[in-house]
Formats: sequence, C-alpha cells, structure tokens
Amino acid sequence: METCMSIIIGILFAVGTYLILSKTLLRIILGTSIIGHGVNLLLLTMGGLKKGGPPLLGLNTLTFTDPLPQALILTAIVINFATTALFLVLSYRAYKVLGTDDVEQLRGYNDE
Amino acid sequence: MKEPNDVILKTATKAAVVIILAFSIHLFLSGHHNPGGGFIGGLAFVAAVVLLYLVHGIEKVQKNIPVDFKKVAGIGVLISVFTGVGGMISGNPFLNQAFWMVDLPLFGKTEMATAVLFDVGVALAVIGASLTIIISISDDR
Amino acid sequence: MSWLHLIIALPFLCAILVPFLYQQFNPRIHTGWFILIVPLIIFLGLSSYIPAVSAGKIFYLTLPWIPAYDINLTAYIDGLSLTFALIISGIGFLVIWYSIYYLSRLKEALHNFYIYLLLFMGSMLGLVFSDNIFVLYVFWELTSISSFLLIAYWYEREKSRSGAQKSLLITVFGGLSMLAGFILLSMITDTYSIREMISQAAIIQAHLLFIPAMILILLGAFTKSAQFPFSIWLPDAMEAPTPISAYLHSATMVKAGIYIVARCTTIFGGDPAWFWLVTGIGLITLLYGSINAVRQTDLKALLAYSTISQLGLIMSLLGLGSAALYFQVGSAGTFYAIAIFAAIFHMVNHAVFKGCLFMAVGIIDHELGTRDIRRLGGLMHFMPVSFLMILVGSLSMAGLPPFNGFLSKELFFTSFLNALKMPFFNMETWGIILLIAAWVASVFTFVYCMIIIFKTFLGKKKDHKLKKKAHEAPVGMLIPPLILAALVVAIFFCPNVLAQHLLQPAWEAVLPALAATAPLVIKISPWHGFNTALLLTIGVIAAGTVLYITYEKWRSVYRYYPEALTLNNLYEWMLEKTEAGSRTITNWYMTGLVRDYLVYILGFTILLVGGTAVFFEGLAFDSSRDAAVNVYELVLLIGMVIAALTVLLAKSRLTSVIAVGTLGFMVVFFFVLLRAPDLALTQLVVETVTTVLFLLCLYHLPKLRREKIPLRFKAVNGVVSVAIGLVMTAVALSANSNQLFTSISGYYLDADKLAGAKNIVNAILVDFRGFDTMLEILVLTMAGFGVYTLIKLQLAVRRKENEGTK
Repeated sequence: METCMSIIIGILFAVGTYLILSKTLLRIILGTSIIGHGVNLLLLTMGGLKKGGPPLLGLNTLTFTDPLPQALILTAIVINFATTALFLVLSYRAYKVLGTDDVEQLRGYNDE
Repeated sequence: MKEPNDVILKTATKAAVVIILAFSIHLFLSGHHNPGGGFIGGLAFVAAVVLLYLVHGIEKVQKNIPVDFKKVAGIGVLISVFTGVGGMISGNPFLNQAFWMVDLPLFGKTEMATAVLFDVGVALAVIGASLTIIISISDDR
Repeated sequence: MSWLHLIIALPFLCAILVPFLYQQFNPRIHTGWFILIVPLIIFLGLSSYIPAVSAGKIFYLTLPWIPAYDINLTAYIDGLSLTFALIISGIGFLVIWYSIYYLSRLKEALHNFYIYLLLFMGSMLGLVFSDNIFVLYVFWELTSISSFLLIAYWYEREKSRSGAQKSLLITVFGGLSMLAGFILLSMITDTYSIREMISQAAIIQAHLLFIPAMILILLGAFTKSAQFPFSIWLPDAMEAPTPISAYLHSATMVKAGIYIVARCTTIFGGDPAWFWLVTGIGLITLLYGSINAVRQTDLKALLAYSTISQLGLIMSLLGLGSAALYFQVGSAGTFYAIAIFAAIFHMVNHAVFKGCLFMAVGIIDHELGTRDIRRLGGLMHFMPVSFLMILVGSLSMAGLPPFNGFLSKELFFTSFLNALKMPFFNMETWGIILLIAAWVASVFTFVYCMIIIFKTFLGKKKDHKLKKKAHEAPVGMLIPPLILAALVVAIFFCPNVLAQHLLQPAWEAVLPALAATAPLVIKISPWHGFNTALLLTIGVIAAGTVLYITYEKWRSVYRYYPEALTLNNLYEWMLEKTEAGSRTITNWYMTGLVRDYLVYILGFTILLVGGTAVFFEGLAFDSSRDAAVNVYELVLLIGMVIAALTVLLAKSRLTSVIAVGTLGFMVVFFFVLLRAPDLALTQLVVETVTTVLFLLCLYHLPKLRREKIPLRFKAVNGVVSVAIGLVMTAVALSANSNQLFTSISGYYLDADKLAGAKNIVNAILVDFRGFDTMLEILVLTMAGFGVYTLIKLQLAVRRKENEGTK
C-alpha cells in the first residue's frame, strides 16, 4: 500500500509541476491544488498506513493510526483552501484589469 | 441571479438547511471525543449558508442574516488568542488549555474544557473567513 | 566595564546627543563648542595612563560581548595603542576647535558633521585598543564608513560623491581581505585574541597558510594607508571639508594601516616576504607620492600626495625594522630595530606638522576662496600668521632644523644606512638601491615643500585672480594650527621627553621579545657630528634647491606621463566593466518570467533533495512492512491517475475543474479507507466549497487556449516535472523504509489523560499544537480579508469612476 501511495504521490507531483510551469493562470492554480493533494497524501503515508483503528480513544481498539500527520493535514487542507481562494481571485482580477491570463505577458517591463 | 420557478428546490432547501445546521452544531460539539470539531463544524455551517445563497440569491439572504462575516472572522481569531492568554494568566505557557469534570444537574457528569472555547474561536474564524470569500466573489459582477 | 571602555564609548554616546544639542542651540551657539569637550576628556583621561605605560605596564581589560563565540570587547593599552589614541584625541580636539570657525553655523548641516566625526573618533579609538580580531574588524569598517560619510559631507557635489564611493570601495575591499587574513590566523592559532596570536608567532611562521594570511592582512593595511597602487582614493578624498582632511586623511585614519603593520610585526617579522613587501611597497609609495606631489597645482591635492609619500616612508621604515626579528634575540636585532623607532617617531611628527599644514591651507581656502597655486602668490604680508605656520610645517616636512621633521628624517637615513649592513635578504646588493630611492624621494619632498612656501606666499600678488580680498583669518581659527606649529618646534628641542614617555613604550609594544632581552637605548639629539646621515640631508637640500630653481625647465617631463595608463583610469575601467558584467549576467538569468524562476527553484530542489539522498545513501526500498492493498483501493488509485491525467490533457476549463474536484473526492475516499474520519469530513466540505469557488470564478476567467510553447520549453517542463515526481516518490519510499527512530505519536495517545479528549486529532489541534491552529485561522482570516479587499476596493474605484463620467 505504501509503495502504491508513493507512486501516486509522485504522479500527482509531476502533473502538478507540469501545470504550474504552464502559461495559463487557471492551469497554474489547478496545479497548486493537485500538489496540495500530493502533499497531504505524502504526510499521511509517512505516518504509516492502516496501523490500527482511527485515532479515537472512544473506540474499543488497541492500536491507532498515527494521529499527528492527520492533525497536520487538517491544517494543510484549510490553508490550501484559503490560498486557493486568494489565488483564484487574484488571477481573475489580474485578467480583468490587464486583459490577459498569460503569465508571459504579465511580466511587466524589461528594465524591472 | 435570475428567478426560475424552483419551488421544489426552495422547499427542500428549507428542510436541508435546518438539518445541515443542526448537524454542523453536532459536529462541532462532539469534536472533542468523536470526529468533528471547530473546522468541520464551521465548514458544514458554511455549506448550509452557501446552499441558502445558491437557492435564494445573495440580496435576500443578506437582508435576512444581517451579519458582517468579516467581523465574525475577526472575533473568532480574537477568542482563540484570548483563550491562549487565559493559560498565561494561570501561570502556564501561552495556549495551555485546561479541563475539569463538573456535575451538571441535567447532563450528569460533564467535562468542561477551555479547549472548547478555543474551538469556538476556530469555528467562528472559519465561518467568517470562508463566507467573506464566497460572498465577495459572488458579489463581483 | 572600566574607565577605558567608557572612554572608547564616550564619542558614540555623545553622538546620540548631537541632534538635540543642534536643535536646541543652533544657530545661537556653534554645536562644535559642545563637542570640543569630548576629545578633551578622552585626552586627559588617557594621559593619566602615560606614567604607568612608560614604566612598562600593560593594561588588559575585558568586557564580554558575545562570550559564546569568544568575542569580547577587550581593551588593550600598551605604548603603541596609547600613542595612537593620544594622537587621535589630541588632533581631534584641535580639529574640532578649528572646524568651529571653518564651518558656518548658519549654512552647514553641523549635526551631520559632528555625528560622523564622533563616530569616527570612537571607532578609531576602538580600533587601536581592541584585542579581539572581530571587534577590531568592526571598528576598522566603521572608520571606513565614517570616512565615506565625511568625504561625501557636501553630497550635492558630484566629485564628493565619487570620491566617497572610491574610498569606500577600496578600503572596504581591503577590510574584507584583512578579515579573511585574521580568520586564517585564528584558524592557525585557535584564538581570536591578537595578543595570544603574537605569543604563538613561531607556530604561525611555520604554518602553510603563513603567506596567504600575511598578504591578506597587508592588503587591508595598504588600502587603508593609501599605499601604492591603492593610493588613488586619497587625493579624491580631499573633497571632504579641510578639518576632515587634516584629521582623517593625514593624521589618524590613514595611520590605521601603519598601526596594523606595526602590531603584526611580531607575528610576521623576520620573514623575507614581509620585509620585502612592506619595505618595497613603502618605498614605491614614497617615490610615487613625492614625484606626483610636485606637479599638483591644487594645494590640497599636493598635500594629499605628500601624505601618501610620508605614509610610504613610515611603512618602509616598519619593513626595515622587521628585519630585527631575523635574529631571535640580542643586540644585533636592536641595531636594525631603530627603524621601528624612527617609524613611530615620524608618525607622530607627521601627524603634527601635516595637521598644521592642512589647517593653514584650509585657512587660505576659507579666506580667499581658492587653493590653486596658480592663482596665489605674495600673501606673506596679508597673512603673516598663516605664512609662519606653512613655513614651519613645510620645513619640518622637508627635514630641516630646527623642526621635528629633521630628527625623524635623520633617523630615517640612519635606518637605511644601517640596513646596508644586513647580511641577509639579499640586502648586500639591494641595500644601496633602497638608499638611493629613499634619497631621491627626499629630494622631491624638499621640492614640493618649497613650492608650498614660495608659490603661495612670495612673488607677486595676483589680486585679479582672487574672488575675495586677502586678509588674515580670525584669531580662534589660528590657534589650533599655531599650537601644532609650536609642537613642531618643541619636539625638536626636547624630543627625549616624548621618546621616553611614549615612543620607547610603543617600540617595546611592537617588539616585546626584543625589548625584554636587548632594550633600545636611544637618545635623540639634533647634533651627531658630521656623520653620513647629515651629509645625506645636506645633499637633499642642495639637490632640492637646484631642482626647485630649475623647476620651470624640467616640469614638461610630467607631460610624458602616460595619462591613459594612470591608476585612476584603471579603477574607472574596472568599475565600469564590473557593472556591465554583472548587468549582463543578471539579465541573462533574470528573465522576468515566473516559469523560468520556477524551473530554477525546482531544479535546485531536485538537485538538493535527490543529491542529498544519493550522496548520503538515504535511498532505501523496503516493502515488507507495507499494508495490504485491496481491490477498492486499487480502483481508487487508478481513478486518481486518470483524473490527474485528465486535468493535464483537458481542452475545456470545465473539464479540468471537475477533474480536479474528482481528484479531491477520491482523496476523501482514501482518508476514509486509511482511518482518518476527521480528514475525510473536512476534505469533503472543503472540496465542495473549493469547486463552487472555481465554478464562480470561471464566470470571470477566459477560455483555455492551446498554449503555444516551443518544444524546447515543453521538453524542459516535462523533464523537470517527471524528475520532481521521481524525487518525491523516492523520498516517500525512503521515508517509509528507513525507520531511524520510533514515532513520537505515542505521547499523543494519552490525550484523554492530558487534555481530557478522546478524539486525538482534535486534541492535537486545539491543545497540543494550539499554536499551529491559531496561526492557521489567522492565515485563513487574512486570505478572507485579502479576497474582500481585492474585490471591494476595485468595486469602489469603479463606482467612483462611473459617477465621474455621469
């Protein structure tokens, strides 16, 4: 399972990176979103998979999965949401004001 | 938003929103011992409000819920910070939480934790910030 | 903390008060009157150390600064540092007095001037008293910076700015080299204290890094003391107000290099490389400065070149004296070590007579509005006191009795004559050449001294070329240079008072080992009988007089001086090329394209992470502990791959947004399968809201276009992406296979007891790691406000514009 997850993580990172390197703003945002998923899965995999029950002490299990990565991922999800929202608004504002969503044309002047 | 004839949707929404709100509060309260907590509770609340917006349109909802969500977010952050300061007052490090077991007349033996207060702040911040984002975007025409 | 530390800190502390004083009392009272007290206190305070130091005592006072790194503010008083400090505070006192009359309290920014001046004074004192190399370096650079600020004091002038820049570039370059040299020394000796380095001189001399450390430290000393070929900054530094030229650029700061060379003589001395570098560069500078001084027409530029040549003289004497250490002990060394004594003596003399000369030239400039020799002449009757001061200063510089310069010049010749007898360092053949060079330089020195006196004060008065009417300066302005002129004469008549109390201890501080075994017994007297040194002096006077009288006939020789090859042109050329080169390089990689920057960042990530993993053998693959894979999971995995690829290939916006949403929901399923209920719930809601946001924004964003990217770019993008994917896979696999230590999650399993919570994830969020959560909601709120302002401010502007058009 861990091996499979590692491969999936690699694929998600590769796809996300390729999207980030493209010129369209929307593709870049989608790329960051995909990389975010990759990071979350990476954190989860690092803690070990299916080592026990969910980390709820009320359940009658003896072993639990590692709760720390889960807490970190929870934080990551929410921050990812916040940055994605900000990025989205920033990009469509840029498009409306400047009339282009091509990163290459957003570069400004040569002497900057 | 245009005004289509969507009686079924509106009626279903009325029921759904109540259920979702109740569920969000349940998620929030049970967070300390079961899946849930400030984030999830807050986000579920956001989902309910978003549903209202989708069905009834922004102006109508804003008239009926005259809350400035930016302030909600700010208040949420402040609450969380101040619960942290509370830990400092009792001589513990910043953000140190405490809990007691209290016997309440109706509920029996109940746990009181300052962590819940912190979670309230989290939930308010999540609700406020998310709704600010969504309303702002949908408002921009 | 001791009195001494307080003395060093005093200028800095007073600098803080200057703006308030200036604001309160300007223009009623000249700010300089308040500042005048500072050097006076320092001078008197330091004078109290003279009896103890001349008795051979050494003070060593430590104040911890960064004790963890063994960096302490250790003040170290011996003869050498005390001599320097007395010059700094003494000349400083006179210069500040002089500046009160020189700088108008109505027109000038006095607070700036005095803050810079005090900054310099404090750092110069710190420099000579410091024992720790880092503290010394900090003070060293502070003197460079304050010199920069003072040269650029009249910053609205183009020449002031370029002169200041030049001095800063050259001296800071030297300072950094010196720091490197000191660090090398500290690596060799394992200490940061100069005193301890000196005690390990034998270890240093035997070390492989001896020569590099020596060259680096000498670079620092030579740049600061304006030695050839770094001397070019000093003439340009004359753009500073004259009090500053008198203080920094002749009496004190340029002597810092001399100080360092003197201090390091025990470490490096006795080595032929040190001997030849210091003596050789010193002599070249001496010749270069004196020959160039003759052709100057600006009095201050003339003095600048003469300062360069005098610094070269002192430097060459220090070099000669270092030969004394060739003999480990004994009176044979002392014979040559007279040169060191001569160097210190001449340094003091130079500070006195050059200070006097600069101030007198400043008076001429101030009262007549020019210092161009071609416009001056016949001023003797109008400015008799200034004439007297120039006469005393110049004749002393030329080495004539009855002035102090004569004494040190005699010692200078004696040292070179002594050096003829050195049976080592190839001095049998070179000694006579050195002597001739020194003699020729002295002749030129004599010539330019005559030029200063005769061209300005004798001859016809050229009223038509002057802007102002010639008249003498106010009395207050005349007193400081008069004091110096009086000192010039006083030192001639009783040199042994000075020698006994300051010069002797300073000599002992430079050569402590020699002083312990074979102390220098010297009695300076103006008359030794007709010895070779006196004959040389007479020769200088004769040849110099002839050259001065025939000056008009041979001055055209200077026209053959190749202008294109001057050091200044070299400096300009280097500056230009460096700027152009750095611009080319920067423009080459700073393309302004985010994509390129991302490729750099990702490329380095691949190299660093991947490289580290390979280099430290961190890669590992061990699937034995893996959990089993069941069918649902396999289907989900394949679904995720398909969703990701769909995003990559999608032609429409909607497809790609929905594909990303699908990916998110599949991650939710994974969270469920992998026993993370909290995550699953959160991700579910967040994914829904995010998708809604994307769809809302699609309304505003344009349709996806086919990107026209050159194939080369596409290939690079593809390679980088695949490499990143591979590196991340490798990292994930290795992290799982290398279990270096047990997980810390066991602690959190006690959540019920510690935090009263049964949901561990929630307990971590609100309790164990509350800080994370608090800052996280802060981020969320800030993002919310960011979105709000981005949209609403824009709306407000648009609304206003609409109203405007109506």
